[in-house]
Amino acid sequence: MKAFGYQLPAMSSLIIWGLLWELVGQLELTFFLPALSEIFITLSEIIGTKPFIKALTETGQAFFLGTFYAVTIGIPLGILMGKNRFIDELLLPWVNVFLSAPLTALVPVLMVLFGFGLKAIVITTSLFAIWIIILNARAGVKQINPALVEMAHSFGASPMDAFFKIYFWAALPEILSGVRIGFIRAVKGVIIGQLLISIVGFGALFELYSSQFLMSHFWAVLLVLFTLAFSISEFLAMLERKVEYYASKR
Amino acid sequence: MNAISTSSKAVEVRNVFKNYGEVEALQDLSLDFPRGELTSLLGPSGCGKTTLLKIIAGLLPADSGEVMVNGETVTGPGPDRAFVFQDFALLPWASVIRNVAFGLELRGVGKSEREAIAEKYIADVGLDGFELKFPHQLSGGMRQRVGLARALSVDAQVLLMDEPFSAVDEQTRRKFQEDLLNLVKHENKTFLFVTHSIEEAVYVSDQIALLLPRPSRVSEIIRPSGFRDKGIDSIRRDSEYLDIVDRIWDSLRTYVE
Repeated sequence: MKAFGYQLPAMSSLIIWGLLWELVGQLELTFFLPALSEIFITLSEIIGTKPFIKALTETGQAFFLGTFYAVTIGIPLGILMGKNRFIDELLLPWVNVFLSAPLTALVPVLMVLFGFGLKAIVITTSLFAIWIIILNARAGVKQINPALVEMAHSFGASPMDAFFKIYFWAALPEILSGVRIGFIRAVKGVIIGQLLISIVGFGALFELYSSQFLMSHFWAVLLVLFTLAFSISEFLAMLERKVEYYASKR
Repeated sequence: MNAISTSSKAVEVRNVFKNYGEVEALQDLSLDFPRGELTSLLGPSGCGKTTLLKIIAGLLPADSGEVMVNGETVTGPGPDRAFVFQDFALLPWASVIRNVAFGLELRGVGKSEREAIAEKYIADVGLDGFELKFPHQLSGGMRQRVGLARALSVDAQVLLMDEPFSAVDEQTRRKFQEDLLNLVKHENKTFLFVTHSIEEAVYVSDQIALLLPRPSRVSEIIRPSGFRDKGIDSIRRDSEYLDIVDRIWDSLRTYVE
């Protein structure tokens, strides 16, 4: 970031907003926004406690199961749609419908279908993440250089070889950015699931803290959630940069 | 080896028809490719020369007619043929050595064995020391050398080359043409070479099949005979070379828009 011609140190924007937050909090303008320092103190108090660890485990478990299914189903399905015209025309309308559908409104239906436990939460999480993963994998395959497919065919590649050695790698830059966006959506999905289906995990903490107006607790959990989501997203962005060297030259 | 595969024809094309919808690409095309020689398919753009090459490769089906390689009818790609692509078709995420060994990898050859073979051909095409580079770090000419090494490393008897030098600069192209002549001389392989350059076809070919378009048929087969053994430096000054270039241009000029 630059201001008045000076190069500012990294994360300057975070520092500026953090200071502003602290200032507004100290002024005690609204109970909704406690001072940042107060939030960190609360965070340090609750972070080691049993209920917090339990919530983190519950949310983490649902999140990783949900994204696991979204990735292992979404990527192959997206590649298949990109490869096969028939499958593509069959499924694309549904993928687009669910991409823009208000999935939160579907959660009660999922509860009826899959009960009030982990299963329904995992499915909700998957549903938030999977559609963009499918669409990106599909887009990655669509832009593949047809000569590569022809080359593999001419050297006798089996369909499995072509899938794993050509399509997957050629589409990898798009697949990774789809997975990154999907994971961010899954964070939303898991919390919504834990708020609406059964009050467990971080969803339960949010519910508890906001109903008791414990705003510094509420913000502390939100900061933890943000940090986790940001770390996952940055990790995937790093993987994306690793394949960048060929992304523009396929 | 049986009697057929030692015959003088490596590839035979018999009465091949191919339409793209309404457009007739190839009509009743028949052509023989002598073993151990380089045959060029030469013609204006849209004459179906690449279509014919891809049918021989087994990448495209013919509507009717038959293609035989070593006496066996072509139904798809096979280990007896290897293809060199116009735009190289290298895996951008793989190193030079993996690209060169990719044909062998698809055929299930073990890693150490295929890399040993790949290393030999990388050296043969003059890319020694570039094994671990990636395609985007190479020039166009070097990329095509990788494509050539990949095709050579599967040791197919027939090499199919689809305008392999059209995407490289003029000087690299001349060097390639000289290297190709050496390759034909020293590798006991049959080369099928698609080009739209008259000079290139006459320079490198033992036999030139002149294709005329709409729909494609073989209009003439020319076999340069006099200058092939005189040494590569004097070919372009040879009077037979110049006569053939002029003769081909006379046949083609009416088809150039």
